[in-house]
Amino acid sequence: MRDVAVVGVGITKFGELWKDSFRDIFVEASLKAIENSGVDHIDSMYIGTMSSGLFVGQEHVGAVMADYLGVAPIPATRVESACASGGAAFRSAFFEVASGHSDIVLAGGVEKMTDGADVTEALATAADQEYEVYHGITFPGLYAMIARSYMHDYKTTREQLAAVAVKNHKNGSMNPNAQFRSPITLEQVMKSTMVANPLRLLDCSPVSDGGAAVILASLDVAKKLKRPFIKIKASSQSSDTIALHSRESLTSLKCVSVAAEKVFKQAKLKPKDISFAEVHDCFTIAEVVVTEDLGFFEKGKGGEAAEKGMTAIDGKIPINTSGGLKSKGHPVGATGIAQIIECYEQLTGQSGERQVKKAKYGLAQNMGGSGASCIIHILEAV
Amino acid sequence: MISPRYHRDIPQRYRLEGGKCTKCSYIAFPPRLVCPKCKSKSFEPYHLSREGKILTFTIIKVGPDKFSKETPYVVAIIELNDGARLTTQVADCDVERVALGAKVKLVFRKIQDEGKSGLHCYGYKAILL
Repeated sequence: MRDVAVVGVGITKFGELWKDSFRDIFVEASLKAIENSGVDHIDSMYIGTMSSGLFVGQEHVGAVMADYLGVAPIPATRVESACASGGAAFRSAFFEVASGHSDIVLAGGVEKMTDGADVTEALATAADQEYEVYHGITFPGLYAMIARSYMHDYKTTREQLAAVAVKNHKNGSMNPNAQFRSPITLEQVMKSTMVANPLRLLDCSPVSDGGAAVILASLDVAKKLKRPFIKIKASSQSSDTIALHSRESLTSLKCVSVAAEKVFKQAKLKPKDISFAEVHDCFTIAEVVVTEDLGFFEKGKGGEAAEKGMTAIDGKIPINTSGGLKSKGHPVGATGIAQIIECYEQLTGQSGERQVKKAKYGLAQNMGGSGASCIIHILEAV
Repeated sequence: MISPRYHRDIPQRYRLEGGKCTKCSYIAFPPRLVCPKCKSKSFEPYHLSREGKILTFTIIKVGPDKFSKETPYVVAIIELNDGARLTTQVADCDVERVALGAKVKLVFRKIQDEGKSGLHCYGYKAILL
């Protein structure tokens, strides 16, 4: 396996993009990434999308996108791992370049969620359709059940969960591509509409359209391009039971701790070596649990850490400097790639007022379902 | 829910039929072909306990279209007395009485409809004891 670099990135605005179609969103992000990297061609591409079949009635996404990006006949494959589809597309592209099979590969992610589908139902297909969803559970509901168990076991307060949303909106207010660029207050979170008790509207990531793409290349190609690039230090993936009720723990996500152990071992690093992390905060409770299972905080201390500012941009370990899924938006398939883009911008010093000082290693954690799959990458500044 | 698929799950949904691993006694609900604990492929038929307790729960205020007329409703993870776990609604309850550790039993109820003119779909819900 040879070293692989990320040599260029492209992202669309996240939000309700009424004028833009599923395919146009992907093409816009991809054209930006290709231009940003300076490559004159791509050898193949992987596209992460969770549920284009339900959202816009389109499958066979690889062919659609190769056609509309004007790159056919190159190989183009859609990759799906629910909300971790983007991360899975990136990992597939990484392997293709690392193996030496290709020199330049595009990894993209896209979702078009506002074209009229029953979004709650479409997202619920990431859970056990026959034994969870059949009974009326929703995604906010699954994470609400994690939150209730967690708050009971660790005495974490509602305010501590809310602090995650407040912090992520503050970060997102500095991100020009974020869906919500408005800071929010603790009181607004605490008084927002109840969605699935104890989680409220402002605990939840939004319904979003958006696309993101990155170009991966061998180090030889990266050096010749003479543009900023970063190295992929390590890549890991894990799976767990599809149903939340079958897990060993309701307060810890084993898929995260398993993937974290593997990725840190591969990178020969420890959690304390990481300069900042983009984590899968589909709900506030998810960020709290994930930051613990990644090893940044002791079990039960994640909420307190958020409340005390330890996860802020100037904190001990900045989490979701992009605004996270919560504020930046969560066009499901695009999320894993957008996390890599935040790492790229931070590690190449292009994050403007969100810039983390002396950023050396960035971690991106992308998760599917209620924690049934997890993909983690560690990226390194060059 | 499409009819053949619904029909296939009737033993589990109507009669709580699962499988018990003959090697390590793991209870599989629904039945599985491979034991996730010991990898055995040998199971014997097993009927779940009908009583248990609430491990965690939520009150759904915003549901999918199919359940939108039923909100707010309670969904819980139940641990049955034999250790098996499942996700189900807690029906007929005063929401204030639903709590972690509350004792429940499973009863037969209508769960949803198969579209506007399709089957009524049945299964188990929990009620507080």
